[in-house]
Amino acid sequence: MTAVADAAAAAPLLRIGGLRMRYASRRSGATQALETIDLDIARGEFVAIVGPSGCGKTTLLKILAGLVEGFDGTAALGGRAIVKPSLDVGVVFQEPTLLPWRTVLDNILLPAELVKMDRIACRERALALMHKVGLAGFEHKYPKELSGGMRQRAGICRALVRDPQVLLMDEPFGALDAMTREFLNVELQRLWLDSGKTVVFVTHSIPEAVFLADRVIVMTPRPGRIAEIVPVALPRPRRLADMAHESTGALLERIRRHFFSHGAAIE
Amino acid sequence: MSLPTDRLSPRTLQALLVVAVFVLVTGAWELVVRVGQMPAFILPPPSAIAGQLVAMVLQKLFWVDFSTTMHEVLLGYGVAIAIAIVLGVAISQVHLLELSLMPYIVAFQTIPSVALAPLFLQWFGYGLLSKVVMAALIAFFPLLVNVIAGLQASGREEIEMLRAFGATRLQILTKVRVPNALPYVFAGLELGVVFALVGAIVAEFVGAKAGLGNRILQYNEQFNIAGMFAVLMVLAAMGMLMHRIVALIKHRTLFWIERHDRGG
Repeated sequence: MTAVADAAAAAPLLRIGGLRMRYASRRSGATQALETIDLDIARGEFVAIVGPSGCGKTTLLKILAGLVEGFDGTAALGGRAIVKPSLDVGVVFQEPTLLPWRTVLDNILLPAELVKMDRIACRERALALMHKVGLAGFEHKYPKELSGGMRQRAGICRALVRDPQVLLMDEPFGALDAMTREFLNVELQRLWLDSGKTVVFVTHSIPEAVFLADRVIVMTPRPGRIAEIVPVALPRPRRLADMAHESTGALLERIRRHFFSHGAAIE
Repeated sequence: MSLPTDRLSPRTLQALLVVAVFVLVTGAWELVVRVGQMPAFILPPPSAIAGQLVAMVLQKLFWVDFSTTMHEVLLGYGVAIAIAIVLGVAISQVHLLELSLMPYIVAFQTIPSVALAPLFLQWFGYGLLSKVVMAALIAFFPLLVNVIAGLQASGREEIEMLRAFGATRLQILTKVRVPNALPYVFAGLELGVVFALVGAIVAEFVGAKAGLGNRILQYNEQFNIAGMFAVLMVLAAMGMLMHRIVALIKHRTLFWIERHDRGG
C-alpha cells in the first residue's frame, strides 16, 4: 500500500451504524432480520462474518452491495451512503453464476461491459487476474468445461475486473469440497495481500474465517446482532499448518462457544 | 452366439429397423390391396401412389401449388414469430400487460383456431392473405406461450448477479433473460413451423385457387385417392424438412446446452 492509501485508511472505508432490518411477510408478520449492527471496516482490512443460518449475514452483505432497500440506520462506503450497487464494490456469490453461453473471459468482462468501461484496459486486467488465479489458458473455454473450484475463481476475477475497492464474498467456497476449499483459501489470502482490497467475507466455517480474517464478526441467530468481534492476530501470510497451532485452537473455541451458548446447538 | 445387432452402431441399427418397418408395412399394404382386390378409390396400393407421386412432380403446375403453399407457410410463420416476440417481450416485461392479457391468451388458446378459417376467407378473400393469417394464427400461440415462459425462466441468482454489478433492466433482459429464453423459443419455433403448415392447408381446404391443400381437394373430387396420398407424402416431407431445419439451427444456436437426444 502507498503512503496516500495509508493516510486515507485512517477513516474507515465501510461504516455501518445503527443498522436494523425487518422483513414484512404476509404469513408471519414482520421478521426482524438484523438488530442494531454497528461496524467499521478499515481500508485494506479482511473481515469475516460467521453466524448460524438465517442470522442475516447474507442480508448484511446485500445491504453493503446496494441490493437491499428499506433498512434503518446507515451503511456508507467512503463516506457516501450506499443506496445502489457501486463501481467500488465487487461481489462474489455462493454459486459462481457464470453465464453458460459466454466464454470464461467474456464472463469475467461482463461487469465492465455493463458500464461500458474501456474494453482494452479491462481485457488486460481480466487476463492478468486470470493469470494470477491460475486460469491462464482457459480464456476461451466455456463454464461447463471448468471444475467447480475454477468456476469460483472466475467468479472472483469477475468481481475484481472493475478494480473495486471492496470485495464482498458470500460463502464463496461453501459448495466446494474441503481440499479445493483450503486451497482457494490460501489463494484468496495471497490475492488479497497482493491487491490491498477491503474484503468482507461471509462464511459458515469458523476455521475458514479464522484463517482468512483480520477480525471475525460473530453474529447471533435471528434477529442477527453482533455477539463478539474477535481479532485474529496470526502473522501473514498464514499457512494451513498454522491452523493446528494452540493459539488458533483457542480462537476457534472462543468463537464456537457463542453458537453453543445461544441454545441453537443444545437440545 | 452373438446377435448380429451387437456389431452395429445404434444409429445404423435404427436406420435398418426403420427401413425394415417401411418395407414390411408397404409390402403388407400392397399385398392386402391386391389379394383383397380393394378398389383404388378406397385404398390404392403403394405402387400406384409412387407412380402418382412421380407423375405429379413432373408437372409444372404441381410446383406452382408447392410454391404457393410454401409461401403461405413461410409468410404465416414469419408473421407469427414477429408478433409473438414483440407481444411476448411486452407481456413478460410489463406486469400490467401480463395481468390484463394473459387470461385472454389462455382463453383464446382453447378455441379451435381452424374453426376461424371460413371467417378469414370472408374477411381476407380467396388469395394468399387468408392462408397467411390462418397459418400465422395457428403457429402464434405455441410461440407466444414459449416466448413468455422463456423470458420468465431466468434464475434469481443470475439476475441478482447482474443487479449487483449495476445492470439496467434492459441489460438484464438482453444479457440474461433473452439467452435463457432461447431453449423455450426454439421449442415454440419447432412446433410453430409444423402448425403453420397445418394452418395453410386448412385455409386452402376452405377456399383457394392454388396450393397443395387445394390439390388434395381436386384429387378427392376426381376420386384420385392415390394422388391424394402422393400430395400427403409431399406435405409430410415438407413438414419434416422444415422441422429439421429449425432443429438444426437450434442445435447450432444453443451450443451451451447439453444434448441428450440427437434423434428426431
